[in-house]
Amino acid sequence: MRAPDLFTSETVAEHGLSEDEYALICERLGREPNLTELGIFSVMWSEHCSYKSSRRHLKKLLTKGKRVIQGPGENAGVIDIDDGDVIIFKMESHNHPSYIEPYQGAATGVGGIMRDVFTMGARPIANLNALRFGDPDHPKTKSLLAGVVRGIGGYGNCVGVPTVGGETNFHPGYNGNILVNAMCVGHAKADKVFYSAAKGVGNPVFYVGSKTGRDGIHGATMASAEFDDDSDAKRPTVQVGDPFTEKLLIEACLELMATDVIIAIQDMGAAGLTSSSIEMADKGGVGIKINLDKVPQREPGMTPYEMMLSESQERMLMVLTPGKENIAVKIFEKWDLDVANIGKTTDTGRLVLTHKRKTVCDIPIAPLADDAPNLNRPYKKPKKLPVLDHDPMFDPIKRGSDYNSVIKTLLAHPNIASKRWIWEQYDRTVMGDTIDSSQSGGGAAIVRIHGQNKAVAIATDCTPRYCAADPFEGGKQAVVETWRNLICTGAMPIAITDCLNFGNPERADIMGQFVYAIKGIDAACRALDYPVVSGNVSLYNETNQKAIPPTPAIGGVGLISDLQKMHTIAGAKDGHTLILIGATKGWLGASLYAQAILGYAADKDPAHAPPPVDLNAEKANGNYIRKLINNRRLSAAHDLSDGGLALAAIEMAFSCGHGIKLYQQSEIPLYAWLFGEDQARYLIAVDEFSINPVISTAKSLGITAKKVGEIGGTRLIAEGAFDMSLKDAHMIYESWLPDYMAS
Amino acid sequence: METAVIVFPASNCERDACVALERVTGKKPHRVWHGDTELPKVDFVIIPGGFSYGDYLRSGAIAARSPIVQDIVKKAKTGLPVAGFCNGFQILTEAGLLPGVLMRNKGLRFICKPQTLKITNSRSMFTKAYGDKREITVPIAHFDGNYFADKPTLEKLESSGQIVFKYVGNPNGSAHDIAGICNEAGNVLGMMPHPERAIDPLHGGTDGTAFFKSILEARA
Repeated sequence: MRAPDLFTSETVAEHGLSEDEYALICERLGREPNLTELGIFSVMWSEHCSYKSSRRHLKKLLTKGKRVIQGPGENAGVIDIDDGDVIIFKMESHNHPSYIEPYQGAATGVGGIMRDVFTMGARPIANLNALRFGDPDHPKTKSLLAGVVRGIGGYGNCVGVPTVGGETNFHPGYNGNILVNAMCVGHAKADKVFYSAAKGVGNPVFYVGSKTGRDGIHGATMASAEFDDDSDAKRPTVQVGDPFTEKLLIEACLELMATDVIIAIQDMGAAGLTSSSIEMADKGGVGIKINLDKVPQREPGMTPYEMMLSESQERMLMVLTPGKENIAVKIFEKWDLDVANIGKTTDTGRLVLTHKRKTVCDIPIAPLADDAPNLNRPYKKPKKLPVLDHDPMFDPIKRGSDYNSVIKTLLAHPNIASKRWIWEQYDRTVMGDTIDSSQSGGGAAIVRIHGQNKAVAIATDCTPRYCAADPFEGGKQAVVETWRNLICTGAMPIAITDCLNFGNPERADIMGQFVYAIKGIDAACRALDYPVVSGNVSLYNETNQKAIPPTPAIGGVGLISDLQKMHTIAGAKDGHTLILIGATKGWLGASLYAQAILGYAADKDPAHAPPPVDLNAEKANGNYIRKLINNRRLSAAHDLSDGGLALAAIEMAFSCGHGIKLYQQSEIPLYAWLFGEDQARYLIAVDEFSINPVISTAKSLGITAKKVGEIGGTRLIAEGAFDMSLKDAHMIYESWLPDYMAS
Repeated sequence: METAVIVFPASNCERDACVALERVTGKKPHRVWHGDTELPKVDFVIIPGGFSYGDYLRSGAIAARSPIVQDIVKKAKTGLPVAGFCNGFQILTEAGLLPGVLMRNKGLRFICKPQTLKITNSRSMFTKAYGDKREITVPIAHFDGNYFADKPTLEKLESSGQIVFKYVGNPNGSAHDIAGICNEAGNVLGMMPHPERAIDPLHGGTDGTAFFKSILEARA
């Protein structure tokens, strides 16, 4: 190994590079790097940009399907939704910045994911977000939640893209590392999709958008390290967002994309000008030469190092058709955006930067991109936990309580209680195409394709307590829960995006969680023909060596090809019968009931195996439900998840405004019947003429279907268990979050 | 009927307004750029919602000084019907076409929800088509919707029938529950709620449609 001559070990370490990696840089260059080059290697080889710990595992995921136009590797995934329309979507994390500075961290997360989508030619039509916060009693939780929600709203509301759904969980495991995962879904025409490969030599490279400032320098490196008690000192690495400029950038880019001027386009996200220029050149198999003096700068005296590492927001890089530059310049000037010709593509395969007439960087592109370190980190297979057997002492009565109290406790549980306080701060109806959003209480949002009789259904899901107990089953479950939520609208599920949030991959147990969660995701994707088309990996979500629960958040997208053949949960009708589809054994391990009522604390090591996911049953049951909806056999469908049958029925009652009654049964203990979290199950509402056909067809398909209750009245009743007024229960459900935020 | 929708940088409800107008009039509205100095010949103008110029300085303050608004002010004073929704209402107050100001919501949070409104002036050119209907539900989505004016102004608004819509269950702290007002002449209206987002059964309601029909009938 060659000792660093130019830089001290501290300088190298500060750049997040190991001595081995530094030696490798010297070997690839045949010399020592200068400071600018070191900075460039540091960000490109960071976990955040290089995926060095995850790449070899991600490669195994199912990424192809008959509707997949573009899988992982571009700014976002592209799927075909017929009639020459495509949907472009992705979910991405902005965890580290949001913990340090919640408003700007969350806001720029939303801005960044939208750029990934409109960069490819799509108009963003929906935003969602999957949020995980620490224990509500932790001193930072309330202010982090308030800041994140305000940031998401502040950005999304201003750019005028509806924030239609998502999820919010609380778990002590996120006390030191909250998760902010933002998803954006856009619509484009199939012949107007733009890619990032910079093709052709001698083509002009244009910079557009905001000026480059000194903000966010080393953001990518920061996001590739653990936190400690001094994390507040990292605030300057968080970028500052300007949704106004983003809105202008969307309109200007879409206007330019209607012409034939753009050869390639890429947004400047993590590692800003560095990663955008390198990725474009690498994909196009060309070199790139940039004159840094031409880069629009917010302040004088910026060094090449600062310009290349700045993560100033709302900037794009594009390669244009020579001779047509003026068309672009006119459009950006009309929208009052900076636009500058900063360089050109070359045939050298090198990144060459000049500043004040001096060459300040001249390095080959391959080692920065495809050829970046690709680690095979050791991992430990997660150990299987015991199954939690039924026990008479699980009965609330035997515990000196009663079922009414249990329902009240669950409805006021942070992970169940209404999130109205959050989603009322998001504009959900701008653009006039939102058919269903968080407002209805359903599991998926529905957004119409503008001017057409079709829509997309979108859902995000992950159950971290399952993933913590068994990353493989938890990974499967996250995928199938999105699938079920899409199915419940009548949509045909098409593809997913995955946002994989884990701890420090240098630890074999964490790496094991990651590897097995991916195996689980992949198993579900293959069984359901539901490929991964985009995503991101966020590692090092740890503070003082305490990792978050493994959290592979999944965002699923499905197509509703006829608006007459869809459903929302609110459609359940008075007098309709409730049928439970799917087999119930009363699985209580890792359930909400086990956590909130039986006291198997979620902040300790998980004690029991989560419900196994039978992928064949998921597929059969889901396809059956979808067929019933498309044939208009149902008035509503809802998937069973946290809190099992009891909470699914109550959520349906809240959404449709009528009471429910669940019938007595004697097959399994009542508490397990009501609160077990067996997978692959749906609660559906049907009229009296459909009961027998629905049940008999299910039987002929080998699907369990059982009449379990009815809709009507003003009370929530489970015979032999609970009986309370719908209004009182709803009050409890709605009160927890606003009371908490006001306390 | 010819109509126009003004487009400022970071307007974001202009498409929604155009869809609503086209549905009712059968004609595509003119989209007019903020930098233009003159309106085309039209019978009705909408200033749509959004975050014009990022709402920097004060909501609507910069837009009120844009070239096109000067022409709107001039023509509104000679009777051209103008409606501003949300940010459009803020712009109309900043431009002096309507009295009062819109402050930050009382709860200091952005609010988006379906909102019930009482029609308090059913004879206005913006509400006639509602007939006997006195309550409607349309979405609100704003941060700065807390209407404020001094006491004499509020009293005058009340007595002269200039308050067109009032909130049922005040969401933002507005004085006198004001959701929408018009000028003395009755041709300029500003309202925080979004009637253009309630024109399709898939929106969850169509209570906004009669708003646009009213204007069509008034200009027929």
